[in-house]
Amino acid sequence: MPAIRIQQVHKHFGQVHALCGVDLDIAQGEFFALLGPNGAGKTTLISALAGLTRADSGRLEVLGFDVVKQYREARRAIGVVPQELVFDPFFTVRETLRNQSGYFGLRHNDDWIDEIMHNLDLVAKADTNMRALSGGMKRRVLVAQALVHKPPAIVLDEPTAGVDVELRQTLWAFIQKLNRDGHTIVLTTHYLEEAEQLCSRVAMLKQGRIVALDSTSNLLASVSGAHVRLRLYPDALPAALEPLRSARGKDTHTLALRDYAELEGVLAQLRKAGVAVQEMELMRPDLEEVFVQIMGRS
Amino acid sequence: MTGFYTLFRKELVRFWKVVFQTVLAPVLTALLYLLIFSHVLAQHVQVYPGVSYTAFLVPGLVMMSVLQNAFANSSSSLIQSKITGNIVFVLLPPLSYMEFFLAYLLASMVRGLVVGMGVWLVTLWFVDLPLQHASWLMLFVLLGSGVLGALGIIAGIWAEKFDQLAGFQNFIIMPLTFLSGVFYSIHSLPAFWQALSRFNPVFYMIDGFRYGFFGISDVSPQLSLSIVAACFLALSWATLLLLKSGYKLRH
Repeated sequence: MPAIRIQQVHKHFGQVHALCGVDLDIAQGEFFALLGPNGAGKTTLISALAGLTRADSGRLEVLGFDVVKQYREARRAIGVVPQELVFDPFFTVRETLRNQSGYFGLRHNDDWIDEIMHNLDLVAKADTNMRALSGGMKRRVLVAQALVHKPPAIVLDEPTAGVDVELRQTLWAFIQKLNRDGHTIVLTTHYLEEAEQLCSRVAMLKQGRIVALDSTSNLLASVSGAHVRLRLYPDALPAALEPLRSARGKDTHTLALRDYAELEGVLAQLRKAGVAVQEMELMRPDLEEVFVQIMGRS
Repeated sequence: MTGFYTLFRKELVRFWKVVFQTVLAPVLTALLYLLIFSHVLAQHVQVYPGVSYTAFLVPGLVMMSVLQNAFANSSSSLIQSKITGNIVFVLLPPLSYMEFFLAYLLASMVRGLVVGMGVWLVTLWFVDLPLQHASWLMLFVLLGSGVLGALGIIAGIWAEKFDQLAGFQNFIIMPLTFLSGVFYSIHSLPAFWQALSRFNPVFYMIDGFRYGFFGISDVSPQLSLSIVAACFLALSWATLLLLKSGYKLRH
């Protein structure tokens, strides 16, 4: 049984067809990335999964539970970190987490609440009112709120937007630990290098449709070519190599190669022009490149 | 049950944390009404035989405070949660629409009762009220606060801006409560306004509540109770339908 199953889900907002027949299975234990430009339908899909919005048609399941008909079981099985930085200004961090536990039917949950706060570096702020927290701290509380009921599936909608490096590292270390413990993680992010490092599989969404769905390594392999960044002496790229140049740094030239074999020709041209290579860096295609290619193509 | 209880408790704590605004301020307002109206009118008006105007006024003020605050509690809590976005915290958990309804409704009723008790306590210095039928009084205060609590849920769900909620409060709730016989007996009104008052459900709440104190009322307490109970059932049913459909909450 998959952790999440989405079948032929459609959703309209007025004239806008936000989701156009999305099909997606996410296996238990996966670390999965849902990528796409703004307005692609990522948040709508997550909202439908969490019961915050209702799909016009199609079926969504969390651990085999229908999110509409078996909403109680489905919601117990999923924890969602919303994208917006929302909080209840009436309560402290601990009160917020206790309330959230209670809504999920958990009365004596303080041990787990303490553990979450410890892992997210929130202990010092436990009795601080939510209003008094910085944006990063509020984000941590949002993550903690999504975890109070130990959901088997955890969905994080842009959890690192506007978040400092320290929190990112704390957050990802904790989420990776949860993933190792068997929790399924679904992530949307604009930071593609995060998705590349963390996620084993990726779906790309564009205008409500899935335009790519594969393992991260297959997607990376699907992009041919490589880039080479050169620092030259003298700092002048021979005219014959100009067509290959994809970027110009302060004192570097980046060339796009169809494949690694092309490198030999580049070096020969440089020798012929009497230009010495002072520094050379080969760069593999990254997820950003895959993303740009796929979005441009579809 | 834990889900319902937590939400109910959270709603109580929410208004209790701002007790100056949610309890003490309405008590003070009611006290000012009492001072002004009883000072101006006590010498001129006697509504029921043997009952001073001040004594007549107090139950009306108590009930008006109960009703306005029951409405204010659910409506303001919901609109604040919607506008700040923290409504997701109660939409994500496995709370049923019935639990959601009961938690907001009961918290509103408690707020109404607490304010009503406050008004009643401060007015004890001014007037010694009889208590003829305590059980009738309780029935009306419970059902009345329930009606306005449910109406507050509807308004809080419907309104998308504070402005719309203020409109609901100023153009519907305020006229209904002020024109319900809080300050006068409808028998003192011209025939047309008397007839119109009978379409105002709040009139029956105030009249029935006053019956609990004095054993006298403008219409029979049985009629009032039936009308208020019918309003409560109808509004509760409507609120439950709205919540079940996800109207404006789950898009």
